[in-house]
Amino acid sequence: MAVEGDLVQMGALIGAGLACTGMGGAAVGVGHVVGNYLSGALRNPAAAGGQTATMFIGIAFAEALGIFSFLIALLLMYAQ
Amino acid sequence: MKRPIRPKIEGCNVAEHGTEEASGFNIHPMEQFEIHPLFGGDTLNWYTPSNTALWMGLAIVAVILLLVMGSRGRALVPSRTQSIAEILYGFTHSMIEDIAGKEGLKYFPIIMTLFMFILFTNVLGLWPYGFTVTSHIAVTGVLAIGVFLSVTLLGIFRNGTKFLKLFWISEAPLALRPVLAIIEIISYFVRPVSHSIRLGGNMMAGHAVIKVFAGFAGAMGLGAVAPILAITAVYGLESLVVVIQAYVFTILTCVYLNDALHPGH
Repeated sequence: MAVEGDLVQMGALIGAGLACTGMGGAAVGVGHVVGNYLSGALRNPAAAGGQTATMFIGIAFAEALGIFSFLIALLLMYAQ
Repeated sequence: MKRPIRPKIEGCNVAEHGTEEASGFNIHPMEQFEIHPLFGGDTLNWYTPSNTALWMGLAIVAVILLLVMGSRGRALVPSRTQSIAEILYGFTHSMIEDIAGKEGLKYFPIIMTLFMFILFTNVLGLWPYGFTVTSHIAVTGVLAIGVFLSVTLLGIFRNGTKFLKLFWISEAPLALRPVLAIIEIISYFVRPVSHSIRLGGNMMAGHAVIKVFAGFAGAMGLGAVAPILAITAVYGLESLVVVIQAYVFTILTCVYLNDALHPGH
């Protein structure tokens, strides 16, 4: 079977797809942060309001690592 | 990101694009992010009025209108416009005070400006035929690098060499401190990258998803009930995401500001 087209680009696109699996880890992390916040908030609703900002900061830090895999995917697709 | 500047380039090969055009959609999901000159022509110089400039200008006009109209009446029982302006003001004020402390309130104007600009460009981008300015890494990158540079300079000028305590964690055991210092320095310099791509990536991905479902609806014709329901659901999610991302950008700016004001943890 003959393959036509740019082999390097094929490799880059496959790599971009593989890099996107890193986003799954970020999804697990974000879900973990919010889930733990929620379980804590249901135990002590009075303290929940003051911790919303902390939750969002935690989400942002967890999400940053998924963003790096997204960045690698973008670089593989567009910047070569 | 290398997107083609002009939407229709004749004979443009796929390898240069990086995205395949041969799919069955009649709506291309990434087409909405292309920058056109407003008044025809096909050259794009720095002074050319483009759709980015138009939507940024619309966002700024909307912010000014809301805040000027909201603060004009100064009624004891606020009108609807006044309460919206007051809510936004109070929200930003308490966010800075909670995270960066009383000293952070000195920098309230710039943080409120950032928040309002990002919020309004995000929300205006959700309009049909609207253009999302913040979906471009160039725009969010300038905002994030501005925040990064100003916060770093502020920390250095305010604290001098004490600013380096940010990287030298005194609570950790002595043997671990050099390792932690390297990690802290790397994570410090990666901040503008994650700060800008978080906003830009979220905006781009969400709007592209809406367009992908619109492409399904276009391909299915009149019987496209499921894609239209999906568009409605994704649009609802996106309405939430645009506000949360503006909030996250601002709150991280406050966190960085707090690091510059109180570097000793």
